[in-house]
Amino acid sequence: MHAIIEARKVEKSYGSEGAGMIQVIAPMDLAIYPGEILAVLGPSGSGKSTLLRILTGLARPSGGEVIHHGHEVGGPCENVSIVFQSFALFPWLTVLENVAAPLKARGVPAAERTERSVKILDTVGLDGFENAYPKELSGGMKQRVGFARALVVEPEVLFMDEPFSALDVLTAENLRGELLELWQSHKMPTRAVFVVTHNIEEAVLLADRIIVLGKNPATIRTDFRVALERPRDRKDARFTNLVDYIYRVLTRPDLAALEPVAAIAPRAKPKYQMLPHARRGAIAGLLEMLAGHNGRDDMYRLAAALSFEIDDLLPVVDGAVLLGFAKVEEGDVEITPAGRAFAEADILRRKELFRAAALENIALIGEITRSLEARADHTLPDGVFEDLLDEHFSEEEAKAQLETAIGWGRYAELFDHDNDSRQFFLPEEAPAADQPEAAAH
Amino acid sequence: MTLRPVLSRAVVGERTWSVLLDLVVFAAVLAGIQGLLVMTRYWFGAMTPAAEISRSPRALPLYAFYSVVRISLAYVLSLLFALVYGYIAAYNKRLEALLVAVLDILQSIPVLSFLPGVMLAMVALFPTRQLGVEFGAILLIFTGQVWNMAFSFYASLKAIPRELREAAQIYGFGKWQRFVELELPYGAIGLVWNSMVSVAGGWFFLMACEMFVLGKRDFRLPGLGSYLQTAAGNGDTAAIFWGLGTMIGVILLIDQIVWRPAIAWSDKFKFEQVESGEQPSSAVLNLLRRSNLLERFRIAVLAPLSERIGLRAARHAEIAETPQPTAHWKMIVGMVAGALLGGAILYSLFEAAMTLKTLTKPELISTLQGAAATWARVIVSLLIAAAWTIPAGVAIGFNPKLARFAQPFAQVAASVPATALFPVLLLALIRMGGGLGVGSILLMLLGTQWYVLFNVIAGAMAIPTDLREVADVFHFGQWARWRTVILPGIFPYLITGMVTASGGAWNASIVAEYFHFKGQTLQTVGLGAQISSATDSGNWDLLLLSTIVMAVLVVGVNRSVWRPLYRLAQTRFKLEG
Repeated sequence: MHAIIEARKVEKSYGSEGAGMIQVIAPMDLAIYPGEILAVLGPSGSGKSTLLRILTGLARPSGGEVIHHGHEVGGPCENVSIVFQSFALFPWLTVLENVAAPLKARGVPAAERTERSVKILDTVGLDGFENAYPKELSGGMKQRVGFARALVVEPEVLFMDEPFSALDVLTAENLRGELLELWQSHKMPTRAVFVVTHNIEEAVLLADRIIVLGKNPATIRTDFRVALERPRDRKDARFTNLVDYIYRVLTRPDLAALEPVAAIAPRAKPKYQMLPHARRGAIAGLLEMLAGHNGRDDMYRLAAALSFEIDDLLPVVDGAVLLGFAKVEEGDVEITPAGRAFAEADILRRKELFRAAALENIALIGEITRSLEARADHTLPDGVFEDLLDEHFSEEEAKAQLETAIGWGRYAELFDHDNDSRQFFLPEEAPAADQPEAAAH
Repeated sequence: MTLRPVLSRAVVGERTWSVLLDLVVFAAVLAGIQGLLVMTRYWFGAMTPAAEISRSPRALPLYAFYSVVRISLAYVLSLLFALVYGYIAAYNKRLEALLVAVLDILQSIPVLSFLPGVMLAMVALFPTRQLGVEFGAILLIFTGQVWNMAFSFYASLKAIPRELREAAQIYGFGKWQRFVELELPYGAIGLVWNSMVSVAGGWFFLMACEMFVLGKRDFRLPGLGSYLQTAAGNGDTAAIFWGLGTMIGVILLIDQIVWRPAIAWSDKFKFEQVESGEQPSSAVLNLLRRSNLLERFRIAVLAPLSERIGLRAARHAEIAETPQPTAHWKMIVGMVAGALLGGAILYSLFEAAMTLKTLTKPELISTLQGAAATWARVIVSLLIAAAWTIPAGVAIGFNPKLARFAQPFAQVAASVPATALFPVLLLALIRMGGGLGVGSILLMLLGTQWYVLFNVIAGAMAIPTDLREVADVFHFGQWARWRTVILPGIFPYLITGMVTASGGAWNASIVAEYFHFKGQTLQTVGLGAQISSATDSGNWDLLLLSTIVMAVLVVGVNRSVWRPLYRLAQTRFKLEG
């Protein structure tokens, strides 16, 4: 079977050629075949949305090529549609005008535009709302307009970028069901659907094929067919097993080293680790919880106990692992002796332990502290480190990295940072923690 | 059954209304055609650069008409220029930084400094027709209106959300459709508000633009501005009040039949996903929407026309999509044009430097003194503005009842140009014995304090209620409340207002520090006075020097004081959810 859209060795990186380049997507092959719903799953920041934009021709890959019916894609693909997370409706156009806009772009005359738009609005259950403005509609109805606009051009491939994540649970469930019904009854003139999501159950509910991405840079961790018959039952043991399996894949980054895909693009070991953007309060909370759960727990259960999305838990776990307070095995998180000591210490002692762990394990924090100590006035403009980081990360990420380092360094009382003068400085010799905050006066 | 007759009467009322409406619309169209004829006859008549300005109130309707036409044409020009300039600045990556910097500098140059160049060029272009002089005056008004509009459109284009852009891209919008359905609507609200500010600025400088001396040449165009100036020059108090009344009347009328409807109409372009509580409304807009004649015009002419343009543009976009070989000749043409432009700039810089060399030492010294004096006045006027507008603005912003009452009032007060009030104020000042040195501060203040006031009101309204409740719950004292909640909350808005007011005050100095009154010239030491008197006496070198000094000062203060404060406001004092 011939692929409709095929990506060959596409990769995406930021920064200049050489050691300082940061890769968001490692070279990967991926194809969308007719007749399938393909779901791409991955933790946030894994480049899923970037991948979608490359496949639709909205973004250009740094390397490799995207082939659409045998031709290389040079600009936005013809005959594909996107359903956006934020709906991306034009608030100044009525529902009908929004849906008709893509037809207008194709030079379809007014009468035919209206006829086709009304028909498709009927299909998605929005008849009678033609003259309403998007702001008068609820979130679910807005996304229905988004679907209508995507389907009115009879796209060959329907791309969806987290289409249900801005909706409440019930609305999302309802819309998913209707989408499946349209797809299965062939009421939508679409040959394939490509959906990006971070919701594992959603992927298992919808997809014929699932691709799980790993991050830093994005690689294909696994690519498999879902053999469950429809309609799928969330309580079916095979369903829950599949969900569990995907959780394990997602929560075991060490598996990436074994994947052949990663071997294609050997990465130079970065000088700085990627700091996860986790607040140290969340790390402390995780360690306390682990210490209370016999030191080891399943990530899925931990997320539920902390009422976190698995997506939000991962950076916290990453942070604890980086600091040497925890390790990850087989989808379980286990506390280390250092982590246990931290969890059981009092406030002042915790600071000391955190300081030692950060100095020893986090390259960036060690670097900032040493540089400051080497300076006579114990101050340094933060631009110095931002430039250093720019070589390893995208500009935005470099800023975020620095911010995380500042948060951690402040807590550890290793250094402080003044946002106005944009300078790092060493804190006063006296332990500042004993003094009440100045703002309380 | 009392309901039925009431209803049927309402229907009758509606019917008659719409017939009446159509008559009004029809009459307006006729009046427009007649106006066009009058204007054409006048423009293509023989050139009379120094018209005799009558002081009779009977001349006022025609004068007001001429002034309104001038301001409207200048505004239309500004709008077109702003759209083109903003578009190029936003989409041409190579030119973007340059174009924005140029905008910043042009914005800081007072209108009189454009006067000699614009006027002489226009008169040379149409030496025998009134058109040349007229067009010169229109261009002058244009230079006072255009920059902030261009900046507003540029900023809107840069702020369009990414997913909206991507939607337009993936659904294959051509340039035209993208402009009509995405870019223009997204920029509409900013453009409407900036248009109001711009046109108010047009009125502010109307007197300077309609009547001036250029070296040995006397320019007097029939209009409201020249009427007021003539009245003031002769000390004719009755005429001053007639002129003033007419001007305020015209401004209020334009506010009602143009700006209110425009604001109400542009509300639909607000980028919001949820409907907000209160929406601006305009009786005139509602009436217009009910007019049968206009509706029929829309269905029969506008809709098919826009459909044809849209379809043609779509077809054109499809053809253009086929990949074209990169046009080498285009690059070469661009490079040649760039080189020519660069050469021209270098040459004029050289000429300017040569000109400046002929300046005498006393002139240099007086320029520096003037700069210092005007600077001091700008600072004092800003301080006074901040001192009263902060408490007043916060009080209005926190109190919806007060806001409903005070805001329309303040808007009317703000749209009355300070220059129109100058003669009256001057009379009062002279009677009280104050000189123009102090008086000019008052005049600057009149023109610029509104920017601060409106921004402070907006800032106070934007402070979340829960923050104010925190202050109540913890029994903050008056001082703590101001320091921890109110001042940080309004800070970004206050800075925005102050930047605009500061630029406005510098520009206003050219009319505030120098004034023809009762046959004599009142002036005080100041950069603005120097620019005005240099224009009057045709001392181009001094005019050039003072303009450069003013532009450097305004841009320098912007970069060194306001921009860092602005950044601080955006980082530290930004209220985020």
